[in-house]
Amino acid sequence: MWAILSVLVENKPGVLFKITNLFRSKNFNIDSISVGVTENPEFSKMTITTIGDEKRVAQIIKQLNKLIDTVEVKRLDEKMTVYRELVLMKIKASKPSEITEIMNLANAFECKIHDVRQSSIIVEITATPDKIDAFTDMVKNYKITDIARTGITALARGVNHES
Amino acid sequence: MSGSKALMDALELEGAKTVFGIPGGANLPMYDELFKSNIRHILVRHEQSAAHMADGFGRVSRKPGICFATSGPGATNLITGIATAHADSSPMIAVTGQVPISMIGKDAFQESDIIGISNPVVKYAFQPKTPSEVPEVVKKAFYISSTGRPGPVLIDVPKDVQQNEEEMNFPDVVKIRGYHPWTDPDITQIQRAIEILLKAERPIILAGGGVIISGAFAELQTIAELLMIPVVTTFKGKGSFPENHILSLGPIGMHGHAEANKMMVEADCVLAIGTRFSDRSVGKFEDFEKNLSIIHMDVDPAEIGKNQTASVAVVGDVQASLRIMVKMMIQKAIKKTEKTKWMKRVEETKEYWQKNLKIHQGDLGAAKVLRKLREVLPHKAITTTEVGQHQMWTSLFYNVIQPGTFFSSTGLGTMGWGFPAAIGAKVAKPDVPVVDIAGEGSFNMTENSLAVSVLENIPVIVFVMNNQSLGMVAQWQRTFYDRRMIGIDLKGCPDYVKIAEAYGAQGIRAESLDEIGKAVKIALKSDVATVIDIPIDPEEDVLPFVAPGTALKDMVLPS
Ligand SMILES: Cc1ncc(C[n+]2csc(CCOP(=O)(O)OP(=O)(O)O)c2C)c(N)n1
Repeated sequence: MWAILSVLVENKPGVLFKITNLFRSKNFNIDSISVGVTENPEFSKMTITTIGDEKRVAQIIKQLNKLIDTVEVKRLDEKMTVYRELVLMKIKASKPSEITEIMNLANAFECKIHDVRQSSIIVEITATPDKIDAFTDMVKNYKITDIARTGITALARGVNHES
Repeated sequence: MSGSKALMDALELEGAKTVFGIPGGANLPMYDELFKSNIRHILVRHEQSAAHMADGFGRVSRKPGICFATSGPGATNLITGIATAHADSSPMIAVTGQVPISMIGKDAFQESDIIGISNPVVKYAFQPKTPSEVPEVVKKAFYISSTGRPGPVLIDVPKDVQQNEEEMNFPDVVKIRGYHPWTDPDITQIQRAIEILLKAERPIILAGGGVIISGAFAELQTIAELLMIPVVTTFKGKGSFPENHILSLGPIGMHGHAEANKMMVEADCVLAIGTRFSDRSVGKFEDFEKNLSIIHMDVDPAEIGKNQTASVAVVGDVQASLRIMVKMMIQKAIKKTEKTKWMKRVEETKEYWQKNLKIHQGDLGAAKVLRKLREVLPHKAITTTEVGQHQMWTSLFYNVIQPGTFFSSTGLGTMGWGFPAAIGAKVAKPDVPVVDIAGEGSFNMTENSLAVSVLENIPVIVFVMNNQSLGMVAQWQRTFYDRRMIGIDLKGCPDYVKIAEAYGAQGIRAESLDEIGKAVKIALKSDVATVIDIPIDPEEDVLPFVAPGTALKDMVLPS
């Protein structure tokens, strides 16, 4: 089972290390992780996706909570969450007509297009993982020479309740 | 004020009276301030022992013990001791020197990334970057180390931070956003726990180390007596309940008491207090929880559901939880006076195994030796152990009668822990006799602490059950490897009586039960450390035995 965790941490050196080291030492798995400072510069927010059964995910959350530098750990309900990943793909075209084909596909998936050349193109897709998978599947017939993914980042829908 | 002076002042404000350590280049500024302070420094001969002494001190006094080491090898030498304290939730403050901030990352002489190295085995680690951070760091370190589930906290102080001067402010309280050690126990859960216990046909209490850490001895005993149900313990929880009490069955687990393992298997409901259900205690996880309803009380929420699934969970300091439970039971006038069928079965089983468990018949069989020790030691005496067969024999044959007087490296199983820990314990309680029940292999690992014991006037007793081998390993080779014995023979080297004498301590060889009794009596009166060397049979096995990966019901009994 897939889980998206939103982890609010102290924004100071070494915290990312502690989180990843915790996953390593407890034999948990990180599927993706993205980190950035929040509106309050004292905190960073990490969005971690992980895979495991219910018991394991519950244990991961407890262990994360136990870390002194984590301020809040939330498991995001997929349905109640806006979550996205950004992917950059460099695709090679063997003839110029392929560039047009790729651009058409990219448009159909609401991608952004960068750096169009005679024989290559960079496509940016920001979407949910399943949509990204679908797009990757479509361009499989061309040669993807480079790929960079940010990992999932997410926010719960609706108004924040002050705690 | 300099960072070093601030460090000493802050330590004194936290009540520090003693530190165990070794100086070196990177912590000399601290030592210079230590020289001027009122804190006693105990010079050790290896940093690992400094950490074990601080650990022993911490477990006995239930306040963090403090150890000092220099950067690089000094700091890395502490690691085994820190990891041992972490595994057993023992409060400790380890203060290391570090190369100056400008040199960090330059592979400087005696630089080691102790923050990174220690990460998995500390509760938290600090590295103040300016002198003025030091007072707050020390305050936070004590707060984190001693509250909630206790544990070791490291403070790594770069040399320039020790030396430089800044305006200091010593806070009275600290707040840490991500740390909430106090959870109020959920009363409705406690109520449910009582209902389940009352309904159960075959209830049992499993007391873990958490009972000792929180000092909940009286509460535990009251609950057991009001409900009239048997008490087993984990090995770490040994002595959380008087082992001569009629309701006591002793420790369960790999080398648990036969009656304890048997009754644990038969129980239908367990009140598990302050335990993490370690594999050594419960055997195969899936088998343990089968047909058992588990009420789990622990201060650490992450322990709930980690190894065993609880039907009722009470998170909070176990003493606080048990107090509420006692109050509720008294309000409801719960007091069992009539022996249930289950209780009769428990008593019969206990009586049977106390009479019929086969023990080694030699004059110096482990059971006889340890029962002799119990006979001559006062109840208030503190015992520690090393790691190996002698430790498990202690679990089986040495009854802890006064709660909270027994300590062992149960989580990490660190050979060499018992002797320095005994020294730390004696510093915490100088008026109480302290005995390290040792195997010679383990004692050999930290025996140089005899110098500390002698020179610092901290007389403890080392009770060496000498089988001239790494006995526990030998037992596994006999049992699981068809007697292919390798790497276990210590060949009687060195002579521990002479070792003791070389350090200016007292060495006595005791070759009969009578001599053991006499030797212990001499040792109890002695002003210096005493090593009692007892030759035992190298072939004796520890039994009963629950082999790793098997269930408690698969316990192998002596034949
Ligand atoms: C530091 C360390 N190294 C190795 C071990 C593995 N080990 C466990 S018990 C044991 C033998 C202990 O020998 P001794 O102290 O003489 O005790 P005995 O078993 O003979 O009573 C060993 C080597 C350990 N627990 N700790």
